[in-house]
Amino acid sequence: MNTKVKLEDLNVHFGKTHAVKAVTMDFPGNTVTAIIGPSGCGKSTVLRSINRMHDLTPGASVTGKVIHDGIDIYDRSVDPVAIRRKIGMVFQKPNPFPAMSIYDNVIAGYKLNSRVNRAEADEIVESSLKRVALWDEVKDRLRANAMELSGGQQQRLCIARTIAVKPEVILMDEPASALDPISTLKIEELIEELKEKYTIIIVTHNMQQAARVSDYTAFFYLGELIECGVTKKIFTTPEKKQTEDYITGRFG
Amino acid sequence: MTLLAWRKLKNTGMTLLMGGATLMVLIPLILIFVHIVKMGLGSISLDFFIHIPKPTGEAGGGMANGMLGSAFLIALASTLGIPIGIFGAIYLSEYGGSKVSGLIRFCADVLSGIPSIITGMVAYTLLVVPMKGFSALAGAFALALIMIPIVLRTTEEQLKLVPNSLREASLALGVPLWRTSLKVTLRSAMTGVMTGILLAIARIAGETAPLLFTALGNQFWTRKLTDPIAAMPLQIFNFAISPYEDWHKLAWAGALVLVTIMFALSLTARWFGRKKGLS
Amino acid sequence: MSLETETHRWKMEKGVSGDLIFKGVTVLFAFSILVILLLMIVEMTGESLPAIRQFGWRFVSGQDWDAVQSSFGALPYIWGSVVSSILALLLATPLSVGTAILITEIVPKKVGGIVAALVELLAAIPSVIYGLWGVLVMAPWLQKTVQPFLIERFGFLPFFKGAPYGVSMLAAVFILMIMVVPIITSITKEVLLAVPQSQKEAAIALGATRWEMIRTAVLPYGKSGILGAVILGLGRAIGETMAVTMVIGNSPQISLSLLSPAYTMPSVIANEFAETTSKLHASALMEIGLILLVVTLVINALARLLLWSVTRGAKKGARL
Repeated sequence: MNTKVKLEDLNVHFGKTHAVKAVTMDFPGNTVTAIIGPSGCGKSTVLRSINRMHDLTPGASVTGKVIHDGIDIYDRSVDPVAIRRKIGMVFQKPNPFPAMSIYDNVIAGYKLNSRVNRAEADEIVESSLKRVALWDEVKDRLRANAMELSGGQQQRLCIARTIAVKPEVILMDEPASALDPISTLKIEELIEELKEKYTIIIVTHNMQQAARVSDYTAFFYLGELIECGVTKKIFTTPEKKQTEDYITGRFG
Repeated sequence: MTLLAWRKLKNTGMTLLMGGATLMVLIPLILIFVHIVKMGLGSISLDFFIHIPKPTGEAGGGMANGMLGSAFLIALASTLGIPIGIFGAIYLSEYGGSKVSGLIRFCADVLSGIPSIITGMVAYTLLVVPMKGFSALAGAFALALIMIPIVLRTTEEQLKLVPNSLREASLALGVPLWRTSLKVTLRSAMTGVMTGILLAIARIAGETAPLLFTALGNQFWTRKLTDPIAAMPLQIFNFAISPYEDWHKLAWAGALVLVTIMFALSLTARWFGRKKGLS
Repeated sequence: MSLETETHRWKMEKGVSGDLIFKGVTVLFAFSILVILLLMIVEMTGESLPAIRQFGWRFVSGQDWDAVQSSFGALPYIWGSVVSSILALLLATPLSVGTAILITEIVPKKVGGIVAALVELLAAIPSVIYGLWGVLVMAPWLQKTVQPFLIERFGFLPFFKGAPYGVSMLAAVFILMIMVVPIITSITKEVLLAVPQSQKEAAIALGATRWEMIRTAVLPYGKSGILGAVILGLGRAIGETMAVTMVIGNSPQISLSLLSPAYTMPSVIANEFAETTSKLHASALMEIGLILLVVTLVINALARLLLWSVTRGAKKGARL
């Protein structure tokens, strides 16, 4: 089993709050790993430390290691800008750029670091949109404003924007929590397809969703990693009492 | 150079550029402060506070009449402007339909952007011409016109922040709506409203243009509301454009006093604002 | 028992009528805003009529301003107002937007707060004090150093021809720039603060540098708000009276040179209105005021609409 991302003794503090406590775990390549746990358990905080999004948060400090392909991304020599191109992120609420067209949204990230001609750009936009199954719905109105799309379409657009950059890992922070059931289903199907090419780490508060889409599941509680392993095993025969309580709905 | 290195360089360059812009903004500010304090301190004396200006070219004299005149104009303008602003704001937040309130809000915003010299001209035609003379009353009226939209908008913003449950609690106790508005809604928004009032006063305390042809200015003390009255900003203006060194000194001293008052007002306003933040 | 009912009824009736009176007062005062605005337009138009009848369109195209001959053309004042305001805006906009970006996106919150507070102090200084500083400090400095330098190096350009007077169009442009910077900066700051964190994160997660984040996520999101701020600054610059009057030289001439004195619409009103020589003279000044009123009404309405469209939905409206 090849490890794509490895956390080693990861700690995150916000001021005096110790939000993530000494987490060590592996994320295998080309799999979907779900991070579950009650709200406030630090699952989003863990996710955001994997592509250094906490750099933006005043007062946040991260210690320990996040190793991606053998390199600690918190090493002083590593450029966070470069690392975020390899480890992309999809957010809870769809956040397309409102001042841009559908087309410009998809190419926005790619364009930052590559000089593209028109034909290349067209191709990247088409392939990215096809991969998220949005192409047929929008191919006639690529120049339309991205805000004209429905919530589910916007979220798939954001995923297309992320994969257009050609990342290796995609972090998803409750990507379907703001969507209706049908759009949610589409996103879940998409995740299933995307894992062929990418390593996916998804935070979700929805246990059924974790069970449906993931190969591995990690359960967090109060900033600590309680248990992680193959999804089926976590949901049927968890080792820890807290995990069992959570997945059987006894708390959280 | 790799594209990434170029992007980083551009990032650094733009950051420096924005730092430079900020410096360019702050340098004149600092220069103005330094000059006001330096020149003002060099010119100010006890005479400044207790004497009226000396005739042209004579040394000494002060701005006592201007300071008292300004205080009087501000008091008179506030008496007219503050109640109108506050009660108007109560209408917008407590009674008004969204369309009417929106229109009034919009007009208030537009009104506060109209050059103050126009307000002076309007006060001139409405008061100075019928009363056949420049007067303190006309000056205060012009200043009140400037205050009203400011007080109205800031008060309304504050009233909107009062939670509805507070109003309902009072109404449910059988307190009539008007008493609820005054004793509960307005009172709980009071610190914020005070901030707005202080800012409005700070704004009119420095206004010169609307007084040019209403209050006109006066070399001496004013005894009647219907007489022209001196005001500090007017005196600073007249002394600054005069060719006399002594008058320039008076102008600097006046500027120091005026700026000190303004900063005291805005610091107090901030203090009120903070107090509200803590509660 | 019956007495209690009596008292009760009496109380209730007082409450109801109190409500009516109270509401009446608030309605009256709220609508006073509309009355003031209408009154301004009506009064200014009415008082301008003699000049409008006398001169028609020649008023805005004529260059003569002669109280003795009763011939009034306002072009030099319009020219002075337009040129000084636009040049001031051209200088102030990049400085203001840069400062607002620095405050909101680059420096730590505390530092940003200090810079913002300093800029707000700049906004609190009365216009007449800017004028005082402008005429007694800045203009002599311009006359001794900046203008001779410009004449020597760039004197071949029509913009820098003539003698160094100190008080000049250039002085007015500088003083206006200093005065509108705080307005544009503080409104732009509010606009930028209204840009959702999710937009910035979207750009950062795509591997954008901070500047690229500002360019792709922050500025496009805030552009109509920033435009609103700039237009509001324009309104302020066009209507600015005292400071400009004190440094522009008050000479009604149309010159390409930034070094020559000029005159603006508010300045001529400030200088002449209290001492008009004839009804027509007063009316001509009123018409200048009317033009100023209409222009600033349009500018402010436009700016407010732009700003409202941006901050609607955002928690805090940008107001100033």
